[in-house]
Amino acid sequence: MKLTQISIFLENRKGRLFDVCSLLGKNKVNIRALTVAESEQFGILRIVVDKPEATAALLKKHGFVASLTDIVAVEVADKPGGLADILKVLSVSDINVEYMYGFVERKSDKAILVFRFDEPDKAIVLLKKKKIKVIGRKEIGDL
Amino acid sequence: MIWNEKMECMDLEDLKNIQSERLKDIAEYVYQNNPVYKKKFDAAGIKPWEIKSIDDIKKLPFTVKEDLRDNYPFGLFSVQPKNLAEIHVSSGTTGNPTVVGYTKEDLKLWGEVMARAFCCAGAVPHDLIQIAYGYGLFTGGLGAHYGAMEMGLVIIPASSGQTKRQLKIMNDFKPRILACTPSYAMYMAEEAKELGLKPRDSSWKIGVFGAEPWSEAMRKEIENTWNMLATDIYGLSEIIGPGVAQECTHKTGLHLFSDVFYPEIIDPKTGHQVKEGNKGELVITTLTKRGIPLIRYRTRDIVSIKYEKCKCGRTSPRISKISGRTDDMIIVRGINVFPSQIEHVLLGIEGTLPHYQLIVDRRANELDELEVWVEVDQKIFSDEIKQLRAFEDKIKKEIDSVLGVYVKVKLVEPKTIARSEGKAKRVVDKRVL
Ligand SMILES: [Zn+2]
Repeated sequence: MKLTQISIFLENRKGRLFDVCSLLGKNKVNIRALTVAESEQFGILRIVVDKPEATAALLKKHGFVASLTDIVAVEVADKPGGLADILKVLSVSDINVEYMYGFVERKSDKAILVFRFDEPDKAIVLLKKKKIKVIGRKEIGDL
Repeated sequence: MIWNEKMECMDLEDLKNIQSERLKDIAEYVYQNNPVYKKKFDAAGIKPWEIKSIDDIKKLPFTVKEDLRDNYPFGLFSVQPKNLAEIHVSSGTTGNPTVVGYTKEDLKLWGEVMARAFCCAGAVPHDLIQIAYGYGLFTGGLGAHYGAMEMGLVIIPASSGQTKRQLKIMNDFKPRILACTPSYAMYMAEEAKELGLKPRDSSWKIGVFGAEPWSEAMRKEIENTWNMLATDIYGLSEIIGPGVAQECTHKTGLHLFSDVFYPEIIDPKTGHQVKEGNKGELVITTLTKRGIPLIRYRTRDIVSIKYEKCKCGRTSPRISKISGRTDDMIIVRGINVFPSQIEHVLLGIEGTLPHYQLIVDRRANELDELEVWVEVDQKIFSDEIKQLRAFEDKIKKEIDSVLGVYVKVKLVEPKTIARSEGKAKRVVDKRVL
């Protein structure tokens, strides 16, 4: 149930984000989610796409430094406190969240949270036990 | 005032006789006391007793920086370490640092040439001098100290850094002379303005600035900002430290004290002396040093020399400001940095050498800045900012501990660093020197 995210090293230079997106666009890669983590000098672009391995290879071929990372995407239930429920599950466990970000799925307008855990498999078991919907690879392709 | 009028204003023929005598002595001395030199002389097929005059110097072999490193620590010394009075060390490229040592006589010589230098810049006994060169293993601070002591200046051994305190000392004690790196003089001016002080009202009237290359433009700026005379001093620890050459108040070249440090200007490729006035590599023979005398030491500094008598009365030849290096050494805030040193650090951290480049810059009124660009590859890259930050910090700390110089580290994308013939250009010096 883990998903694969692509992380790309970017200098904080004008137009670099555009360069990546236009390369992916030209090659018909659909970007499901995108976030940028920044320091003063550089940034890490993290994207979730439908074909992560092929896309990473494409990026590397074009001179980008890119790596694949296991992430876990969960659906935030459409009810008050939906987000809090998820965070509560994690906060009482001993699983570390390295980082997280959210996006909204287009068709259903559902909020999805992406986590990078130190122990993703353990996290998935725990989340499922608490009836939290973990999104699989097939579903992300369909989003 | 001329500190040693006899030696500094000597008739050129007499000077040549003294240089000849001294060369014979020193050649004999190193041949008898240093096995490395004995070997070098033998390999070159020259015996010290075949040296008849200073013109025979070209028969002697060169000494290069690597000779010092290869014979670390005391292999190039001509005395037993126990007979030294002082030892100085500068950071090494790939392991071995450069060690120099002084006997009591050498320290006396150092004081003598530095006293000549201060006088040359216009100091007179009883002047107050603020020495803001670093004290310690770096030769700048103590060299200036010995010279000031020798000529009877009142010494304020401020050492480098702590700018506010430097300015307070200047304001309260009113020293007439300032000795530090030129970029530190500029930096202090900015700090002074920020503190609401007027640099032009400062007590400093004479600056003895060295340990890094600087331009005429920078001189003008320092002189205008501080309302002082800014003079250039030259030296290198292998020869003695500061005090090899110094500008007089006419600022028409740096008087090189050639009765004790014999200069040659050579074509670095052929090793032959160039015509007077032409640029070439400065080669120096220490004619009177005892601890670690060096024969025909290749300084790697590019200068030209002129022998005509100066308006100040000195006959000691004058070298131009340093216009470059024959190697890729850069001087940042008075510290010698070789790209190979940085390379060694990066290699140590990563196991393999990433593409890197050194960017040196000196923004207006700022100290020199050294930025190390490192290309991020698959191996270095981490998905987490904090890991990449930690990588940057590690490089910074490691360079600081090995070279003693603070750098900025910038991680860049692959192929950012321009390559020519497949090789990256290691140093980009943006300073206007
Ligand atoms: Zn002069």
